[in-house]
Amino acid sequence: MGSAFKHKLFGGLRRFAIFLLVVWTVVSLVTLLIELVPGDPAVSVLGEQATPEQFEQFRQKHGLDRPPFFFSFPRDPAGERHFQWHGFENRYTEYWVALLHGDMGRSFRTDRPVVDLILERYPATIQLALAALLIAIVIAIPLGVIAGKNRGSWIDNLASLVALIGISLPGFVIGPLLVYVFAVKLRWLAPSGRFDWTDFILPSFTLGAALSAILTRMVRSSVIEELNEDYVRTARAKGLSETRVVYKHVLKNGLIPVVTILGLQLGVLLAGAIITEKIFGWPGLGLLLVEDGIGKRDYRVVQGCVLVISITYIIANMLTDMIYRWLDPRIRVS
Amino acid sequence: MNRLTIIGLVIVGILVIVAIFAPWIATHDVGATNLSIRYLPPSTQYFFGTDSTGRDIFSRIVFGARISLEVGIVVVSVSAVVGTLLGALAGYYGGWIDRIVSGYVFNVFLAFPGLLLAIAMVAFLGAGLNKLIFALCIIGWVGYARLIRGQVLKVREYDFVQAARALGASDSRILLIHILPNAIQPLIVQASLGMAGAVLSEASLSFLGLGVPPPAPSWGVMIEEARDLSTLQAAPHALIFPGIAIALTVLAFNFIGDGLREYLDPRQRSR
Repeated sequence: MGSAFKHKLFGGLRRFAIFLLVVWTVVSLVTLLIELVPGDPAVSVLGEQATPEQFEQFRQKHGLDRPPFFFSFPRDPAGERHFQWHGFENRYTEYWVALLHGDMGRSFRTDRPVVDLILERYPATIQLALAALLIAIVIAIPLGVIAGKNRGSWIDNLASLVALIGISLPGFVIGPLLVYVFAVKLRWLAPSGRFDWTDFILPSFTLGAALSAILTRMVRSSVIEELNEDYVRTARAKGLSETRVVYKHVLKNGLIPVVTILGLQLGVLLAGAIITEKIFGWPGLGLLLVEDGIGKRDYRVVQGCVLVISITYIIANMLTDMIYRWLDPRIRVS
Repeated sequence: MNRLTIIGLVIVGILVIVAIFAPWIATHDVGATNLSIRYLPPSTQYFFGTDSTGRDIFSRIVFGARISLEVGIVVVSVSAVVGTLLGALAGYYGGWIDRIVSGYVFNVFLAFPGLLLAIAMVAFLGAGLNKLIFALCIIGWVGYARLIRGQVLKVREYDFVQAARALGASDSRILLIHILPNAIQPLIVQASLGMAGAVLSEASLSFLGLGVPPPAPSWGVMIEEARDLSTLQAAPHALIFPGIAIALTVLAFNFIGDGLREYLDPRQRSR
């Protein structure tokens, strides 16, 4: 028992260490990548016409007048590069200190705290991702089960074909096509916006389509595999109805690999949300990142969005991992 | 070889021919705008119709194949070479290089979505074809490195490698002549799936306005330009044809990758 506990403890510590490592990397990336911005962020925000005082004021307010990192290799008047130590008065440290106080700086454009901007948009993205997840599950489980139970039949082939189309058609093709059919032609749904529940239908279907295709395939092959197991024969021999065998026994075991895929696909879903939000003008983090951040060169907003999306993804992954362990006792012990 | 792999090979073959001979296959100038012929439906003169500024969609798709394939080939080759090199070194020598590559890079880079990283990099670097290729390579090599490292760890222990070492073969000889040829098969599968991923990523980033800038006939740009409501209303074909082009290309490379995997791994063939 002692060794099992130790194993669990070390496994948990290891995962937490990786989590910290990933967070450290993402924060470092978003703070140091800003150095790669061609030209001066102050110029790209204020424009060429601003006065030197305005530039100075802008740089001071956003901390851009401080050195970017602990050290640098500036050129001396003769053009030679020399190592220079800046100490802790640098932007990298400042970003970390602020971040640990729950502060992500202020938007270069609107001067509002980035944390506020993100908190306003965060729920919309999470709702969209969850709705997409739900749609994917609702489509994939029955379709996969029916296809797997009737392996080789026309319904199996049809399900495989639909899954194939779902996998190869990217969201930015499916989304506008849905807009064309349901908003332009049939006029049943609004082409964009987020006002009532019907506005969820097209975006969440667009985002969930690829996932539901992948899940359908997973559920299908899982069901086929489990149907060959001994316990299925036993259950049938007991006289259980076929529906009960499939939905009570087979599905429960067959869902274990599906849960892993769900976790891995969450990241794809969050990245895909950026595209889906752009298609439907969905006011979430993705739209904030692409339009307010990248589009208007508001690099503080870009930093915050990338950071929050990444961390959401990592946490979702860790949760999946925990659910997976809880579902499958074989992994818990070994 | 199964039917789907052959379909995939045929589609990719056509795509390559179209990309190479694009100037001869295209029927119109890809950049020439003419508002008097905008939104024309497909016809014998404009095979796939015209878009919102009167450009010929067929010709733009033909030249778009060049962009897609260029991105795919460059990204896959660079990522595969860099990944193979680092993965092989990490797997063969172990030690600190392995600790950095597999302990840090694998855990961190594979821990969050590649597309997000590409978006973030292009956001700071600025849009453009070369920057997009650079960003996709930075993300791409990790998968190859992990694959090759695993293969090298496995092959390293085989008897013939031990024998070569006993005969006094140098490390580079063992790696290049003995280990890599035996580790290369899954790499080909990965490269084929990587082509699909790169084509899709290029189109996605271009769609977001972070890839190839607009007048260029990237399929992603074409879809972005075709999706406003007035164009959808007047010319849905401006959306449908580039959409089909992307879907077929991605599908073809996935078919080839799946087919090769089955072909190279006989255990999967019976399934």
